[in-house]
Amino acid sequence: MADLSIDFAGIKSPNPFWVASGPPSNTAYQAHRAFEAGWGGVVWKTIGEPIVNVSSRYSGLTLGGMRLAGFNNIELISDRSPETNFREIADVKKRWPKHAVIASLMVDTRERWHEFVTRSADCGADGIELNFGCPHGMCERGMGSAVGQNPDVAETIVGWVMEKATIPVIVKLTPNITNVVYAARAAKKAGAHAISLINTINSITNVNLDTLVPEPFVAGRSSHGGYCGPAVKPIALNMVHACAADPQVGLPISGIGGIGTWRDAAEFVALGSTSLQVCTAIMHHGFRIVEDMTDGLSAYLDSKGMRSLAELRGRAVPQVGNWQQLDLHYKRVARIDYEKCIGCNLCHIACEDGAHQCIDLVDAAPYGLGPGRVPGKPVPKVRENDCVGCNLCSIVCPVDGCITMTPVDTGRPPMTWHDYQAGLAAGTIQPILPHP
Amino acid sequence: MPIQPLIDAATAAETMADVKPPLAAQEARVEASRCLFCFDAPCIMACPTGIDVPTFIRKITTDNVVGAARTILEANVLGASCARVCPTQMLCEGACVMLDLEKDPIQIGRLQRFATDHVAANRIDVLTAPQIKDAGRVAVLGAGPAGLGCAAELARLGYAVTVYDRKPAGGGLNTYGIAVYKMRPEVSLDEVRMIERLGVEFRYGVEVGRDVQCADLARDCDAIFIGIGLGGANRLGIPGEDLPEVVDALEFIDWIHTRPLEQVPVGRRVAVLGCGNTAIDAVTQAKRLGAEEATIIYRRGPAEMSAYAFEYDLAKMDGATFLFDTMPVEVLAADGHVSALRLARTVVRDGRVEVVPGSEWTQPCDLVLKAVGQEKQVRLLERLFPGLKLDRQGRVEHDPATMRTSLSTVFVGGDAANGGREVVNAVAEGKKAARGIHAMLTGKAVTGPVQPSRHGTADGATGSGFNHPIRVHELEAALTKG
Ligand SMILES: Cc1cc2nc3c(=O)[nH]c(=O)nc-3n(C[C@H](O)[C@H](O)[C@H](O)COP(=O)(O)OP(=O)(O)OC[C@H]3O[C@@H](n4cnc5c(N)ncnc54)[C@H](O)[C@@H]3O)c2cc1C
Ligand SMILES: Cc1cc2nc3c(=O)[nH]c(=O)nc-3n(C[C@H](O)[C@H](O)[C@H](O)COP(=O)(O)O)c2cc1C
Ligand code: SF4
Ligand code: SF4
Repeated sequence: MADLSIDFAGIKSPNPFWVASGPPSNTAYQAHRAFEAGWGGVVWKTIGEPIVNVSSRYSGLTLGGMRLAGFNNIELISDRSPETNFREIADVKKRWPKHAVIASLMVDTRERWHEFVTRSADCGADGIELNFGCPHGMCERGMGSAVGQNPDVAETIVGWVMEKATIPVIVKLTPNITNVVYAARAAKKAGAHAISLINTINSITNVNLDTLVPEPFVAGRSSHGGYCGPAVKPIALNMVHACAADPQVGLPISGIGGIGTWRDAAEFVALGSTSLQVCTAIMHHGFRIVEDMTDGLSAYLDSKGMRSLAELRGRAVPQVGNWQQLDLHYKRVARIDYEKCIGCNLCHIACEDGAHQCIDLVDAAPYGLGPGRVPGKPVPKVRENDCVGCNLCSIVCPVDGCITMTPVDTGRPPMTWHDYQAGLAAGTIQPILPHP
Repeated sequence: MPIQPLIDAATAAETMADVKPPLAAQEARVEASRCLFCFDAPCIMACPTGIDVPTFIRKITTDNVVGAARTILEANVLGASCARVCPTQMLCEGACVMLDLEKDPIQIGRLQRFATDHVAANRIDVLTAPQIKDAGRVAVLGAGPAGLGCAAELARLGYAVTVYDRKPAGGGLNTYGIAVYKMRPEVSLDEVRMIERLGVEFRYGVEVGRDVQCADLARDCDAIFIGIGLGGANRLGIPGEDLPEVVDALEFIDWIHTRPLEQVPVGRRVAVLGCGNTAIDAVTQAKRLGAEEATIIYRRGPAEMSAYAFEYDLAKMDGATFLFDTMPVEVLAADGHVSALRLARTVVRDGRVEVVPGSEWTQPCDLVLKAVGQEKQVRLLERLFPGLKLDRQGRVEHDPATMRTSLSTVFVGGDAANGGREVVNAVAEGKKAARGIHAMLTGKAVTGPVQPSRHGTADGATGSGFNHPIRVHELEAALTKG
């Protein structure tokens, strides 16, 4: 069995799975349940001056029957007093000394930051997460994403925190920013020990077409909420990669955003995350999901011959880079397995109307017919010479393994955009002709 | 005329193919993703082994198929055979919440098969047991589902277990009795091998009471488990019963399991006496092996038959005919071989079956299969275990929580204890007995695995079916009561 334990900027945890700051980490009761179910850490619901919440706070995006494909909220930070929160953290730490408990904080003045940082360490928390990410409610008061979106302000506040911090400090970044790397660099510059990302994304999930008010509905109005859940994973992965690949950041990363299974987790680790945080998936199914996450992740590591998470961490980072580094001479084409084809012709129409018009419908006679095919119905056939290898048909095909994007040998050596430009300048390469 | 085989191997392969074929990987993933991952899920309550169904199904959606198999097999070591033979409509699938949404229930049995097939095909052992077995010594009588359930759990708890069975191979009715179109005997034999790898010792061809004596076993062991199932078919008590073509349905089914299918003799006109699930299996398999006519003869009406509705439907689809309110009065012979049955109409008066006078007629047939219930092994049990208490119906009396009998170191499970239920009940009871034995010897209780739930082990219509075996209709009654 592979070793799933982690050391995240000095915070030790039996596995990388942490409950993200949010409703599931609101109370000691929930933290106990989370640890009993197998979570490695809990990032406490953000502690600050207690706030007041509205009634009706969430909305969900249902896609093709899948509920909570995306999830949106207009909740603020903890509505419990700092005393209660710090006391409960102390309780939880006493019962779970080997698990990670992290105090998430959001206050305004330097004095308040000093006070809350000290109280976090005093109650026994293993680390502090600075919530610079909440995109609603708090930013209007100069906190949350208002801080995270301004690297200078963020740097100043991290500086205040570092003046008093005796335990590791994680800066939680907002995705509501043009380039997240600047915020990450600011955290590094100010001396933070780690970063976590992403917090939620500004969103409106829908408009009720009868009332013309989006959900969550609050007395005839709504507000821009924070978006999270499975739908945000690609955005989060991209931002995690950007921070992991930036040489000036160089901080341990806690990956957050749309994680619900061990596969999601493995992807975040491969792109450079050390710990992983989960909110929406717990709100959907409860703490019990962690069993498959630990079981599946260690089985995956075992199957790849990796003994610990460290062997997977960041392994996919070098393969992602600028577009200019890609090989312009690489070519793959779509190949259809006629044994599997069910005759929906979605590949044809996608290519015909949505891409490059290189899948024809031809007489079926010469091709084997897959199960369920109507005899005599024409079959899709790829004109491989014209296929640009865009992947669209293989993405729309409803049958696993029916359309395979297959590399073909062009007989040409690899050539990046840089090589191409250099070759053109030197006159050693003919320009690639535009498409007719 | 003596009976003989009627079809060739190729035809048999087709007619006896799985009625519930395996799911392909994509089908399994799509089906699994329909599951709501319910909390305190009714499917868990309705599984007598309390498999954490939502958890194993979720693992299929994440492609953690090995983990799914582990969830299944930790709860039910015969998960592969149960996936095929469980009457899921009466159990897990019958309880699925999807039915309340007017949707098809999740195909739990087929998903269970998908996961357990995966580890079997890839030779992955997901269960482990300590190498050194120093916790104690236990003798298990009978290598059927009950004995296997008990032996596997004991081995995992560190006991040295020896299983005795009179048959040449293990599995009990899983190997020798289940309709072949539900499960091939190889699946059961594979499960036995998996349990062997947990360190359980099997002694085949050993008849307890003849080749080994219980007194000797009692001396050498800390506990004995009785998993000997039921005996042969009840007798009819009518003239002609001893003709060569009057066969115990179980014996006919045994032929199907021990000979190549194209060598199983079967009549052209088969009469099956009785209308339980065994009768259905016999009539359906006779039909699939080439019988031109196969008729069920039952003394009462369709409402009283003990066969499940879906089994009845299957037999009708296979072209079996049903003669209700009819009973045999004599088996007739020509040249020493069965040629016909004399039948009579019956009526039920005050709950008792009576022959209608003057209603007799003759129906030609060349094979008569007796499926009028199995005997309890009362005489054998009384001889083997003097003082063992049996109930009026010949079942071994026991404490349902520990499966302990009236003798302090003797435990029981399966058909011998419950009078004949399902494979899944037998495995569950065997496992429970193993835990009962462990508790008796160490004073320590073993719990789980149960779904992490605040209600998980509470009484009533919540929690795990392992703790509270409950049928769908019982579950519904309990839930409506509140
Ligand atoms: C025809 C038929 C079809 C069935 N179909 C289904 C089905 O589709 N689904 C389902 O869930 N259930 C089915 N059942 C029921 C199921 O098979 C039984 O409930 C289950 O096998 C009981 O397990 P057991 O271990 O108690 O007994 P058995 O499976 O009967 O095993 C008992 C074992 O003990 C051995 N034994 C007995 N006496 C001795 C002795 N003196 N010495 C040594 N060994 C001995 C026997 O050889 C046998 O191997 C069916 C039953 C029958 C008869
Ligand atoms: C209802 C709700 C409340 C949240 N509250 C907080 C919070 O108080 N502090 C914080 O740092 N993040 C908060 N988050 C953001 C989550 O911690 C997490 O960054 C985000 O939801 C993305 O992860 P997910 O896709 O797993 O949900 C909240 C999210 C939700 C859905
Ligand atoms: S063992 Fe049988 S009853 Fe239990 S979940 Fe599997 S198929 Fe359903
Ligand atoms: S009841 Fe049905 S939907 Fe719910 S967990 Fe069980 S199988 Fe899934």
